[in-house]
Amino acid sequence: MNKEKTQGEESNWRCRRCHLDLVVGPVSVAYMGSRFTTDLPHCPSCGMVFVSEEVALGKMADVERILEDK
Amino acid sequence: MDQQELRRLENQCIQEEPPWCSAACPLHIDVRAFVGQMARGDWAESLKTLRRTMPLPNILGRICDAPCEERCKRSEAGEAIRIGALERACVGQDADPQKLLLLPAKGKRIAIVGSGLSSLTTAWDCLRKGYGVCAFEPGKRPAEHLADRYAGLLPWRIIEEETAFLVKLGMEVELNAAMGEPDFLDRCLTTFEAVYLGLDSLSAGSWRLEEDSSGNIRVEPRTQRTSREAVFAGGLPHSGRISPVWQAAEGRFAANSIDRYIQKVSLTAGREKEGPISTRLFTSMEGVVPLPAVNPADPVTGYTDEEALHEARRCLQCQCLECVKVCVYLERFGGYPKKYTREIYNNESIVMGSHQANKLVNSCSLCGLCEVVCPEDFAMQDLCLQARQSMVRRGKMPPSAHEFALQDMAFSLSDRFTLARHEPGLTASARAFFPGCQLCGSAPDKVVSVYKHLRSALTGGMGLILGCCAAPAHWAGCQEQFADKLEGIKGQWRSLGEPRLIMACSTCLRIFKDHAPEIPVISLWTVLDEIGGPIPHYKFSEPVAIHDPCTTRSEPDIQSSVRRILARLSIPIEELALGGEKTECCGFGGLQQNAAPEVAREVVHRRAQRSERDYLTYCAMCRDSLASADKRALHLLDLLFPDPGVSDPAARERPGWSQRQERRGLLKDRLLKELWSEEPMKKEEHQKITLQIAPEVRTILEERHILEEDLQKVIYHAEMNDEKFYHQETGRFKAAFKPSNVTFWVEYGQATEGFVIYNAYSHRMEAAVS
Repeated sequence: MNKEKTQGEESNWRCRRCHLDLVVGPVSVAYMGSRFTTDLPHCPSCGMVFVSEEVALGKMADVERILEDK
Repeated sequence: MDQQELRRLENQCIQEEPPWCSAACPLHIDVRAFVGQMARGDWAESLKTLRRTMPLPNILGRICDAPCEERCKRSEAGEAIRIGALERACVGQDADPQKLLLLPAKGKRIAIVGSGLSSLTTAWDCLRKGYGVCAFEPGKRPAEHLADRYAGLLPWRIIEEETAFLVKLGMEVELNAAMGEPDFLDRCLTTFEAVYLGLDSLSAGSWRLEEDSSGNIRVEPRTQRTSREAVFAGGLPHSGRISPVWQAAEGRFAANSIDRYIQKVSLTAGREKEGPISTRLFTSMEGVVPLPAVNPADPVTGYTDEEALHEARRCLQCQCLECVKVCVYLERFGGYPKKYTREIYNNESIVMGSHQANKLVNSCSLCGLCEVVCPEDFAMQDLCLQARQSMVRRGKMPPSAHEFALQDMAFSLSDRFTLARHEPGLTASARAFFPGCQLCGSAPDKVVSVYKHLRSALTGGMGLILGCCAAPAHWAGCQEQFADKLEGIKGQWRSLGEPRLIMACSTCLRIFKDHAPEIPVISLWTVLDEIGGPIPHYKFSEPVAIHDPCTTRSEPDIQSSVRRILARLSIPIEELALGGEKTECCGFGGLQQNAAPEVAREVVHRRAQRSERDYLTYCAMCRDSLASADKRALHLLDLLFPDPGVSDPAARERPGWSQRQERRGLLKDRLLKELWSEEPMKKEEHQKITLQIAPEVRTILEERHILEEDLQKVIYHAEMNDEKFYHQETGRFKAAFKPSNVTFWVEYGQATEGFVIYNAYSHRMEAAVS
């Protein structure tokens, strides 16, 4: 699997517990019985996923709406 | 909703009923569109509209006797629109040559006898339907009598052009036809499938057809059939006078009958809508300024372009839209109930694909104003509520639509707020005060004052019930949850020996009346009107405008009580035009604010602008919604139980969602301590976390429906488990936690005491490294 370094603002956040920089790679997202994979920053060790405000209120919210109306 | 219910509801909305003009027109010309286009100066479009329905528009448009004018709604304010004169002006303009689309040739021929308007119309329609047409004219030129009769209006050139057009489309013409011979019809029927006799241009012949008492050929109205099979006729004077539009209409009816006859289908079935019809349309004349008709400067040439424009602009463009006019929600979705009914039906019926009307269903405030103003009592709120209930039953309700409100309700029904106690020192309650959750969240001090006043004014035991009426579950369409919660409230009520409940909230009152009729209820305002309340001294020089809560729409007695209380307080009032039975919702009803916050915002802003005066209302939610629109608004309790510490209660800010919950919890603790000497509830660990939140962050939280307690839970979880992200430059933390269905993210920092909140957001999707 490809794991890339985070870019921009996100690159400033580190996992507090593991003291590691985040990497961008495949993360499983699920809602309303639908599941798919997308690239999101997370801790390479413990796997804690980082969802930025932009992603939560942008892409994620759009997909949530589409799935809710399905 | 099944198909039958769909039809019933669609039929109830009259917006698509025809306007009076086109209903009166025997040809159903779309007069409203035609005049509307003229009023916009769009002459080409208006001509297209005429040509769409009108046969031989260059002839009929000049001589139409316009029976539509007799029923024109404009005549109720001024004079009827001169539609006939507008038609003349329209067809008199230079225009593109007309085109007529013909159906593929059917290989069958029709004989048209005579060449008056009715015959030419039958020819016109039969040609369109793909029949061959042969016109038999006894004279030397077709349609000659039209030129004689309408010499001033109809130049010979036009008649020639229009008949030439028919010939171009395939009409054959036999001039000097010898139709006097007794076997003329017999011979016709050997060659042609059917015959049309245009009685508007034929002199009486020996047709050997049955006649009526006045010696005319007997013709059955609408089907235009005569006593002989395959022979149709029309064009006689209508109601005793010669009417060009009726001649054309009968020619059209005959063409329809001929087509049906040849296709061997019923001549009569499904023809109720041919010819003039009645209409159920309603058009309000309120505020319509009377205007006389425009008279052409030259009556011979008719309207100039300018005159026609002015005349057309007097048209009311009749439609109903009574409900849409008073409802932001109905207006916002760009349609009207008939259209919405279809959309909601489709939304319910589709199996695959996107449910596009979910938002439409969930945005209604269920306030019921549409039903009051609708001439046919269409109740959009019933339609939306039933659709919501169906969505919930089928698992198709978007979870985000109402969840926040349902969780707020769950709080108000949890032991952090609920309480049922007899009056301190007593063991029975004849009555109990039920303030409802929103007053407690908005103005808890008033609840304490009212309860004290009721205890002193009424004997027999005045219990107290804190809780929620479960209206949010009802509005969200969650029938099971609603029934379950209502059962819980009934339990509280029974535990006090089934007292009569005194309700401060008209929503709670309506919910109990409609869904728990065994609970006897009375409005607090009725009680305070009857027993008398405190009369603080005021100097109100300016009147206040009364905003009746929408849940009092069908409670005129409560509305009267409030007005009497205000009179007793010597407070002058102003009635809003949309008040009493026609009052508007504040945007909170039906959970509009949850499912469609943008609609709710516009609703309350529009409501706030109905008067410049301070508003006076008697619903805590209405007051706070109005305050959120920067409207100065008072609650009736602000006047009855003034707080000396609050100099300007009308300027109170709307408390946020977190504050409302906090106030409910604190109110319960305070009452327990002060009245029943009981200890307050123990706090959970996360509740002990202190938060510092700047006002701009608070606004974000409010908009995003994030409670302070959600933040406390996130931080508690992050700090306990060290599950958080750390920003290398700012030193801030970011953490997420999902207490139930929503994941909350908080950006925060350590403070000397507790934590500073910088930002928060949420999502519903779950994300985990696979």
